[in-house]
Amino acid sequence: MNDPARPERDRPWVFRTYSGHSSAEASNALYRSNLAKGQTGLSVAFDLPTQTGYDSDHPLARGEVGKVGVPVGHIDDMEVLFREIPLDQMNTSMTINATAAWLLALYVATAERQGVAANQLRGTTQNDLIKEYLSRGTYVFPPEPSMRLISDMVAHTVNAIPKWNPVNICSYHLQEAGATPVQEIAYAMANAIAVLDAVKARDDVPDDVLPEVFARISFFLNAGIRFVEEICKGRAMTELWDELGRDRYGVGDPKLRRFRYGVQVNSLGLTEAQPENNVIRIVLEALGVTFSKKARCRALQLPAWNEALGLPRPWDQQWSLRIQQILAYETDLLEYPDLLDGSHVVEAKVEELKKAAQEELERVLAMGGAVAAVENAYMKQRLVESHTARLRAIESGELPIIGVNSYTETEPSPLVDDDDASILKVDDAAEREQIERLNAFRAKRNAADAKTALQGLRDALSNGENVMPPSIRAAHAGVTGGEWADTLRELFGEYRAPTGVVARESQVTDDANQRVRERVHACGERLGRPLKILVGKPGLDGHSNGAEQIAVKARDVGMEVVYDGIRLTPAEIVQSARDEGVHVIGLSILSGSHLILVLDVLAGLKDEGLSLPVVVGGIIPEEDAESLREAGVQRVYTPKDFDLTRIMGEVVDVVEASAGIG
Amino acid sequence: MSWRRAQALADLGERLLARERAAVAPALNLVDDRRPEARQEATALLAGLEETVLFGGARRIGLTGAPGAGKSTLLGALVQRLRSRGQTVGVIAVDPSSQRTGGALLGDRMRVRSGSADPGVFIRSLAARDQLGGLAEAARASVTIVAAAFDVVLVETVGVGQSEGEVVDLVDTLVYVAQPGAGDLLQCMKAGILELPDVVAVNKADLGPVAERTANELMAGAGLGERTTEWVPPVVLVSAQEGTGLDEFESALDDHVESLGPNGLQERRRRGRDASVRVSLERRYGSHGLAAWGGHAKLEARLAEAQDRSGFALAAVLGLEIEAALRGGGSDL
Repeated sequence: MNDPARPERDRPWVFRTYSGHSSAEASNALYRSNLAKGQTGLSVAFDLPTQTGYDSDHPLARGEVGKVGVPVGHIDDMEVLFREIPLDQMNTSMTINATAAWLLALYVATAERQGVAANQLRGTTQNDLIKEYLSRGTYVFPPEPSMRLISDMVAHTVNAIPKWNPVNICSYHLQEAGATPVQEIAYAMANAIAVLDAVKARDDVPDDVLPEVFARISFFLNAGIRFVEEICKGRAMTELWDELGRDRYGVGDPKLRRFRYGVQVNSLGLTEAQPENNVIRIVLEALGVTFSKKARCRALQLPAWNEALGLPRPWDQQWSLRIQQILAYETDLLEYPDLLDGSHVVEAKVEELKKAAQEELERVLAMGGAVAAVENAYMKQRLVESHTARLRAIESGELPIIGVNSYTETEPSPLVDDDDASILKVDDAAEREQIERLNAFRAKRNAADAKTALQGLRDALSNGENVMPPSIRAAHAGVTGGEWADTLRELFGEYRAPTGVVARESQVTDDANQRVRERVHACGERLGRPLKILVGKPGLDGHSNGAEQIAVKARDVGMEVVYDGIRLTPAEIVQSARDEGVHVIGLSILSGSHLILVLDVLAGLKDEGLSLPVVVGGIIPEEDAESLREAGVQRVYTPKDFDLTRIMGEVVDVVEASAGIG
Repeated sequence: MSWRRAQALADLGERLLARERAAVAPALNLVDDRRPEARQEATALLAGLEETVLFGGARRIGLTGAPGAGKSTLLGALVQRLRSRGQTVGVIAVDPSSQRTGGALLGDRMRVRSGSADPGVFIRSLAARDQLGGLAEAARASVTIVAAAFDVVLVETVGVGQSEGEVVDLVDTLVYVAQPGAGDLLQCMKAGILELPDVVAVNKADLGPVAERTANELMAGAGLGERTTEWVPPVVLVSAQEGTGLDEFESALDDHVESLGPNGLQERRRRGRDASVRVSLERRYGSHGLAAWGGHAKLEARLAEAQDRSGFALAAVLGLEIEAALRGGGSDL
């Protein structure tokens, strides 16, 4: 019998905060202060050039360096990032995908320089390319070589870094892209099967090692505000994973079939309006993934309350860390066995989710699995449709969002009375300084060594050898991320994933939509040809869900839409706008690089003598929106603008005004 | 049309023939414009232009196939290869538009882009605005303009049975992109388009046996179509994604043009021109209007005696005659 005052408690999950910005040095300071506040693991956010394999001085990196994460271009950056953080005592999660092998190589090389052997390292590389094709957009290579790189890392870590999670199957981003719980479960499982099958097919992974491999596959889930359903989702996935290991991969030991997952709770549901309410949402979502002991997450990172406004400051992140600590240390949550065992209601819901998810999983497997269902755009189209349905429900009020489409009356918020001070501003000097450091690094390294190491990497990959050993050698030899990725680009080629914007047409015929449709049609009559819009994403931000929804909506109100997708230079956008003869340009940017990139587009249009109106959407602070409007942008939309029908009406206004036919 | 406008139009034509890239988009905007004064200007521009490019100008290649066959990826690979040999490329990509709203998602152009704003690549998307024969007319106008300014024109359409028939009249070589295991042969037979393609590319050859099986089926089937020429369409296995089979694919394209020879090519373009005049007049005046003027026999005779004339010019001239005949007919009432 335990002392009632001091009951036996479960060990809490790992507390993380997804962070990184500006430079390795600034991020290192942030990590050390977060660890001092009681954070128990690190979660590294890399900037977009690092994620997509471009050095900081590449044209596509313009405006993106240090914005959504830390720039890590080479071994020196990585050493600075983990200065005074002993890697043998740290559990580090890295949100890195296309270039995961490279960043893991830098991490191993950094540990070795700290005197820590690779087999001591603990942590996770996200390394899930399927969801990049579907949602996040930081892929580089085609599916086949991408799957090869992933399975290389699995094969390497299972022996050399046994405590590492080489792959973190992310359904998180699928929910962000609109996935229903059923889709989230089904596509995550399909994705894991694709990875496991690729590893199973390798000659260098004997069958008796497969259970170990299975045990190292971890997941990264999303948790939305419907927290009861989210608890059931976690339980359903726990059961499905166990069954999959037993039945498909012959994993005998139940311990190796445990469903291990980390969580970042929903960013999708965080609102720009009355942002203080987001704290309550985050608490409830955190409860959803910790409440059921059987399906409790292993690691949790919570977004900050002001994520829909911009980048969080250290204090904002601290507030979210405190939520975790209060949940784990003050409440009695960790004192009980599973609280839901025996609940008929929960059991029935879990069964319902499992059954529907299994049906969807079978559909994907029948197509040839997750890779095939990426290439034929099946999964992507389903996600775009789900997302469209969700946005429509918000627009119609059927899905209440407090402060957004209901209960919008509010006192002025003391948290955001000074818009400028309520988010983190990345200093514009960060990019220039990072490029200076890169040039200094290139000047001081032994160029011959780097060249030899790159040739070694090329040879190894051409011969079908594992990517990891030559990458670790390249990290030590002073190769840069851009050089590493370019070597692979030459061998593997680059890829553009299907966009899913050809998803089925919506069947909305309410009055508001009908009115906009008539206006679009009338505007086209006046213009002489149908209203044509270009939708695209300049820069490296691959979060295309918003742009896709705008494209689909524009199509549904009768516009001709040129959807140019992601990763475009301003010059490409200008060229496309001119060649396609569009009447208006819609740009979407969520990475914080909006000022530089939009101004580049405007300058390019001016150089071409094109007077085309431009509208911009994204996570854009009011002050920046003002600057954009002053520079000539016609409209700026932010997450609070949920009424897509109204936005379309305004696009017509903008075109009419620009063509002088208003 | 004012003298000033006429002058500006003549300039636009000159600039296109001088291969000035900046003139291409405005010309395409003009021929897409449905206002009456713009129609008149477009006809003037196109007639002048086609006199020059009917038997010259760019080489024209069409790619058609079911959605998901990998046309865009193959198109992208072809564009890159043409660019690497210093050829400039204009792409006309046709997407179906919604029957209900008129809206269109002019889809995944990003798969064709090379990742830079390359002035040697021009891409224009057209919505097939759901009008019988309308695609052909709009696409023909666009091809004429692009053919003046670039070395190669690529026309991409979603194959749904009807559009192939329209595209075949626009291009020198029609490629059917088939995907392994999709029952493409059956689809072709059903749609009655077996005899149309000049080259068949079975994409996604990386799928191995199933791709080979599809290729064999199509090869056997290629002999089933009725053909007026000696040319037997080669069936090439390609993987646009992996870059395999592209040499053979390009050779097949070259072989086809070679098999046509200069006379054959001229003949083919003339056939395309004839078809476009027929479609255009039928669309505008119906069989009743044509009959009032003298019917199909008269039309064929007029086409034959104006062998080298622009189809746009011819359609305009004959249109005026038909309208006069209809007015004459109207006075009897």
